[in-house]
Amino acid sequence: MKQSVAITVNGVQREDAVEARLLLVHYLREVAGLTGTHIACDTSQCGACTVLVDGRAVKSCTVFAVQADSSSVTTVEGIATGSTLHPVQQAFWDEHGLQCGFCTPGFVMATAALLDGNPSPTDDEIRKGLEGNLCRCTGYANIMRAVRSAAAAMHGTGEVRSTATPAGAATAESKSAATVGG
Amino acid sequence: MAVTQMVGARIQRREDPKLVSGHGRYVDDVRLVGMAHMVVVRSPFAHARITSIDTTAARQLRGVIAVLTAGDFRPVISGALPVTNAFVPDKKQVPDQYPIADGEALYQGEPIAVVVAEDRYIAADAAHLVSIEYEPLTAVTDHERAMQPGAALVKGDRPDNIGWDTTFAAGDIDAAFASAEIVVKERITQQRVFPIAMEMRGCVADYTPFEDRLTLWTSTQVPHFVRLFLSGSLGLPESQVRVIAPDVGGAFGSKIRPYPEEYLCAAASKLTGRPVKWNEERSENLLATTHGRGQIFDIEVAARRDGTLLGLRFTQLLDIGAYHGVFSAFQVVACLVAGGCYGWEAISARSIGVFTNRTSTDPYRGAGRPEATHLVERAVDLVAREIGMDPADVRRRNFVHDFPHTNNFGLVYDSGDYDKTLDRALEMVDYAGLRRRQEELRKQGRYLGIGLSTYVEICGLGPSAATAPAAGVALVESSVVRVHPTGAVTVIVGTHAHGQGHDTTFAQIAADALGIPYAQIEVRHGDTADTPFGYGTYGSRSLAVGGMAVLRSCQKVVEKTRQLAAHIFEAAEDDIVVDQGRYYVRGNPADARTIGELAFATYGAGLPPGMEHGLEAVSFFDPPNFVWPFGCHVCVVEVDTATGAVHIERYVAVDDCGNVINPMVVDGQLHGGIAQGIAQALFEEVRYDDESGQLLTGSLLDYFVPTIAELPDYELDRTVTPSPTNELGVKGIGEAGTIASSAAVINAVVDALSPFGIRHVEMPARPDRLWAMIEEARR
Repeated sequence: MKQSVAITVNGVQREDAVEARLLLVHYLREVAGLTGTHIACDTSQCGACTVLVDGRAVKSCTVFAVQADSSSVTTVEGIATGSTLHPVQQAFWDEHGLQCGFCTPGFVMATAALLDGNPSPTDDEIRKGLEGNLCRCTGYANIMRAVRSAAAAMHGTGEVRSTATPAGAATAESKSAATVGG
Repeated sequence: MAVTQMVGARIQRREDPKLVSGHGRYVDDVRLVGMAHMVVVRSPFAHARITSIDTTAARQLRGVIAVLTAGDFRPVISGALPVTNAFVPDKKQVPDQYPIADGEALYQGEPIAVVVAEDRYIAADAAHLVSIEYEPLTAVTDHERAMQPGAALVKGDRPDNIGWDTTFAAGDIDAAFASAEIVVKERITQQRVFPIAMEMRGCVADYTPFEDRLTLWTSTQVPHFVRLFLSGSLGLPESQVRVIAPDVGGAFGSKIRPYPEEYLCAAASKLTGRPVKWNEERSENLLATTHGRGQIFDIEVAARRDGTLLGLRFTQLLDIGAYHGVFSAFQVVACLVAGGCYGWEAISARSIGVFTNRTSTDPYRGAGRPEATHLVERAVDLVAREIGMDPADVRRRNFVHDFPHTNNFGLVYDSGDYDKTLDRALEMVDYAGLRRRQEELRKQGRYLGIGLSTYVEICGLGPSAATAPAAGVALVESSVVRVHPTGAVTVIVGTHAHGQGHDTTFAQIAADALGIPYAQIEVRHGDTADTPFGYGTYGSRSLAVGGMAVLRSCQKVVEKTRQLAAHIFEAAEDDIVVDQGRYYVRGNPADARTIGELAFATYGAGLPPGMEHGLEAVSFFDPPNFVWPFGCHVCVVEVDTATGAVHIERYVAVDDCGNVINPMVVDGQLHGGIAQGIAQALFEEVRYDDESGQLLTGSLLDYFVPTIAELPDYELDRTVTPSPTNELGVKGIGEAGTIASSAAVINAVVDALSPFGIRHVEMPARPDRLWAMIEEARR
């Protein structure tokens, strides 16, 4: 028995008939075709599937699609503006806050929600805000930097200090700067 | 090489914009028309006879396409899963492992049947309807007991549970111990751990019957190995099998082998005539993806009272699991590098591989080298403690100083300066000041600990002379560099990146070597249809071997371009100057041709006699030696003696991986590596029930992976001692953090608790374990 749901996904209103047991994460990935939201555990430990439901961070593997009926869902695909990354996405890029990238959509969305509620979190508040997400590649240090950097960029709480330079303006470590076409 | 512009630059990774915006493409993102879903029914028992399988109810469920068991696969899949020699060519037994159990299950999680259905929900429903009767058999759950004569057998028809028993001895170990003034002994356990790549395994198989072709998307570190073994097993020429490893969400050694499910998924596609997708769930990942470590070391160290190390004698008991992992005997490398950064008169190491009714162990980040470092760095601290000498001084006294250095087993450390990294790390933590603070805090009943780990690792696998006997195929590495007519470049490599950033760093190498702008260079990997045979990414080999293959192909391209320039300028080749992509006759830089112009010319008319058209080159690089990164890590902890909790106050690492291509990527590799070592030292442990062999840590609820709340910041610095092994002067950095860090953490914890008379702490140093030790000491 399928049920009808009306869900706004990244600003687009959808109506779909879904099984009552269909998880929101599978709805997003397989019905809406948005594969940026990932699945990395069975038990809601990892946070890779984090999306925003009416602005709140939610682990979409713990929610049925029918529970999201009449709500507005934002996924990692829905926060950039055209070809301009969201400041949180940009900060993860700038600070090397990702390696394999699999947990990253969840971290980006959890960070976006954290900064929405607390524009200038302390390090402890960042830890509390993101302890529901697991990353196995970065050891979290650059994720901390990315969150601080995103907070600064979004809310002007301090100087944005990037440790990386854009590819177009490469500087060689212990060598003089050289500009290369890139 | 040309003047360095990109090599050494801290540039952002070009991989990232798609990954941060949700546009990565991992296996589960692949969707084909007509695709069905596969779910694997697994043994719930560690050891059981399968007395019957009834698939009737499952087959009758609407939407089920097929339910397949061992008999169904027999006509399609032939042969056993591969096992490499690794460091033990003369194994005592190599039992055949097939992709699916037939009559008897030897570990919990072993595939018994598969269900193929229209969607994953129906497949999961049907899996529960497969009715299997088991006769439980005695589970062998402890590898130390399993090696005793008369122990229960992992499988009834095996002679015993011993997979190998081999001894590596160098020097006169008896003389070393006879001349010792002190001997220290300890048992050091390397608990089993889960690798936990965030992306679990998975594959999509698409077999097209009238072409007899198979395309397999799979989450792997080794697409060419998977193709090699799968094509053999399915009876298809390699040219008919295409393996694609798209974006891969981490691996850490757990995706280094062909797995049963890749065979089953491919065969299921052939048997059903449908493309078939399989996604591992996390609970399956913990049960059935290979585990790391799982070893017990009994060590004895002979030394003099002045701190001179003389002899090291130990036994490595390795829990193989029910079957040899494809590379499980690689972990025996721990025996060959356990001497660490130090000179020894003699080392004798016996490795015994023991079968148990458990999931196979196989490489996990560092694979044998974290074990070796942990062993020798604990040993040095035990000696320091015994003779009352500062651990830093014992290290200094025994460091190897002259390079290249041939270690006890004939391995040649290519370059190093161990004092330099130690000195720098001690300076960064203010070692003398820390020791004073430690004294003061102890008077207040607070327990600060300082742990050192000075490591050297073997990586860059590896020279053909060493690796061909171990793996069958030599672990060389390949590249194609293709310069298109407009001067854009495609670099195609046989390695596979799953977080390491090769798309960026290999392009940095090529940009400098060719003198072509970085942005015009793309790097391709992971698809066997358009990459040369490659050996994959593991063992911190991609840069030192694969990066060199890229450089070699670029050099060949430059050589041809130089010949063409000489022809155009009507000059001798020796008179052509190549300067950052500009070619001109010596003394006349104003009249230059760019490599782009010359590339275009190679596709046109007027080439010199005998020169073929086009501009591309293929290289296979066979390194003359391994490479040997090294460094010093210092961990500072405070242990709360009321609770046993460990707080990491500082973590300082000074590493030397030779020349650096991209410092940001190197730092990131170190962060993640250190985190995994800390995780093993303090938190993680795979536990099985002693009696039944049931996995007790079967979900991420029960197995603690540290979060952002547990891990510290990492204070990094480096020294640069170029490797003489390759022209880039590079070593490897993918595993160094993990190799160094568990010893630094545990040495710090032991140092903190030394006032209680505690001289060794096993991993993981969880609060309950430490609290019990402190309470015991206080009694």
